[in-house]
Amino acid sequence: MKNSVFFGAMAFAGLAAGAASAGTLDDVKARGELNCGVATGLVGFAAPNAEGEWEGFDVSICRAVAAAVLGDATKVQFVPTTGKTRFTALASGEIDMLARNTTWTFSRDVDLKFDFIGVNYYDGQGFMVPKELGVSSAKELDGATVCVQTGTTTELNLADFFRINGISYEPVPVETNAESQQQYAAGTCDVLTTDASGLAASRTVFADPTAHVILPEIISKEPLGPLVRHGDNEWGDVVRWTLNALVAAEELGVTSANAEEMAAGTSNPEINRLLGSDGSLGAMLGVSDDWAKNAILAVGNYGEVFEANIGEETQIGLSRGLNAQWTDGGLMYSPPFR
Amino acid sequence: MSDQSTNSIAFVASGDIPQSPPPALEAGAVKWMRENLFSSIPNSILTLVALALIYKIGMNTIPWIANGVWNTKSLAECRDVLDGTVAGCFSVLTERWNQLLYGFKYPSDQYWRPNLALVLMLFAAAPVLFFDLPRKLLTFTAVYPFLAFWLIWGGPVITPIVALLGCAAAAWVFNKYGKANFALGFFGGIVAALIVWKITGFAIPESTDGTWLQAVASRDLGGFMLNLMLGVTCVSLSVPLGIALALGRQSSMPLIKGICVVFIEFIRGVPLITLLFVASVMLSYFFPPDATVDLFLRVVIMITMFSAAYIAEVIRGGLAALPKGQYEAADSLGLDYAQAMRLIILPQALKISIPGIVNVAVGLFKDTTLVSVISMFDLVGMIRGPILAATEWNGVYWELLGFAAVLFFIVCYGISQYSQWLERRLATDHR
Repeated sequence: MKNSVFFGAMAFAGLAAGAASAGTLDDVKARGELNCGVATGLVGFAAPNAEGEWEGFDVSICRAVAAAVLGDATKVQFVPTTGKTRFTALASGEIDMLARNTTWTFSRDVDLKFDFIGVNYYDGQGFMVPKELGVSSAKELDGATVCVQTGTTTELNLADFFRINGISYEPVPVETNAESQQQYAAGTCDVLTTDASGLAASRTVFADPTAHVILPEIISKEPLGPLVRHGDNEWGDVVRWTLNALVAAEELGVTSANAEEMAAGTSNPEINRLLGSDGSLGAMLGVSDDWAKNAILAVGNYGEVFEANIGEETQIGLSRGLNAQWTDGGLMYSPPFR
Repeated sequence: MSDQSTNSIAFVASGDIPQSPPPALEAGAVKWMRENLFSSIPNSILTLVALALIYKIGMNTIPWIANGVWNTKSLAECRDVLDGTVAGCFSVLTERWNQLLYGFKYPSDQYWRPNLALVLMLFAAAPVLFFDLPRKLLTFTAVYPFLAFWLIWGGPVITPIVALLGCAAAAWVFNKYGKANFALGFFGGIVAALIVWKITGFAIPESTDGTWLQAVASRDLGGFMLNLMLGVTCVSLSVPLGIALALGRQSSMPLIKGICVVFIEFIRGVPLITLLFVASVMLSYFFPPDATVDLFLRVVIMITMFSAAYIAEVIRGGLAALPKGQYEAADSLGLDYAQAMRLIILPQALKISIPGIVNVAVGLFKDTTLVSVISMFDLVGMIRGPILAATEWNGVYWELLGFAAVLFFIVCYGISQYSQWLERRLATDHR
């Protein structure tokens, strides 16, 4: 008897949660606000500025989705999540989408029941060494002491890389990125390893950034992307195609500066379909026809977002690399808007 | 006899010999140093080593602080200004001052509200902490929680008034019936509060627009303000709860005793961080998304339960330290249980427990920084998250964490000094 009551309560809770998250798109529209999970603070990707406004690469994706769905990029409730709380926050419905430099892996997609809707940043693990060490390739690192964060895929990749190349190393386990910067700067370890974007951000912290080099080897694949709950495909489509719209806009030469003008109609039918002056792609998606225009006006196309937050003009100074358009030899490739 | 003495003795002192100064080695600073610093060879060595250490630390930190930069816009700019000299970049404190104190989302034109709440808290706490003050001031203490809630969270003024009415009804019922029958007064009070809340609850408007004070959501609170709020709320809630648990554990009624023992042992067996994770993450699985309890309230409940369990054990120690004669004396006077506890047992037991309670309170206050792990932006959360992740300030550690340490030290040292004063003030045992 007691058991059945308990299971009944569980089932009811499950139903209630399921019912509430059945149509995330409708929920967001009804609420008038997008709940977007971001990092509690990651240089260039998500951090509030001195005025308390969130800004960063991942934050721009949230703002673009809010602009596409609600027509207003400021209607976002940013929910800061840590590495530990991010997945439960999404699964429990506290947030509608998660844009928190999360690596797309098999088990997260399949076992944790999430849908990665694309990749907004192709990252990979790299190495940084002081220039005075005179090392030009990671294969010359035999016998080096390496600062590495414990409990991450980084640690496993590191072990694999050194075993494959038959060289030895001595790990210096650290807990956080900040700690690894400190240890490396203090000379506790010869080599600092983490994602290449993180290395670039760390390098800007040192008093003399030019005294450190990032080695050319990238030893792992870290495709970072936004994700939504499994099973709500309408909402997944909205987020996926908003990201695709930003990528396609760069390919088609649509920027935040000229989107308004191009929306009046151009000679390129794909631009017209994207910006809503031709066809009704927005209606199929369940949003207004100028959804992509709103997103682009709010944050700019993919290239603009990249340059504004983490590109070469910023302090972090990442080059496009793998994240260039496919036409420029990168991996950014949007399916056609048709 | 007398003339013999005048003739045969060559010198007779006609007055006091003026006091000569003590030997140079036995006076003043030299004596103090000889006795305290160089009393033996090992002590002398230790003194010299300690002096060398102090000198070394001082030579490094004093210029670091004195040459610090206070008015740049970023770490890079700071380094330009310093131009190679090693010194602190305190600009991060001045530029992010408000974020460190209030978090990054509290509306900046409303900072006077938490400030006022803090000042009023000093007035509200004064009659509780310093019981020589007139007892009438306690009226303000009773009203203060509702006032502070309204000041910090804003929103319709009717909400705290409804809450206050409910509590007032409970207090009235308890005063009327509690003297004769404690249980009747206690449960009657709870029922009265619920009835009042049910009746007056409809007066609370759904919308928070157009209120006198702009409504601020719990997740917009942050910075040292959040630490102080959590600390003050949880300490003031967990002391009464801890007393109740300690008495319950000593109860002769098996049900009450069992509940209290299980509660205390369970909470003490679980790390606080686990409870916080349950509060922030797991509970939202069991509620539908829109029906969750406020995050601040969830965290307050968890921290309060945690410290109440510890305070209960401290007070149980105080109760156990009382001689059995005290209990028997209370019984022989014909006092019932509530009177005996209130008039005889608890005043003595609590006095014994003061150091332990203060210990728990200081620990609790510092534990409030753990909420940064569940992505609430308290002082440490602000530093570890948003501020260190800002492109301008990535890499500034010592200045920020040192500042946090100074703030916590001031508060914790204050609590400790108060407890010492309290112990001296209550020292009635003519030791």
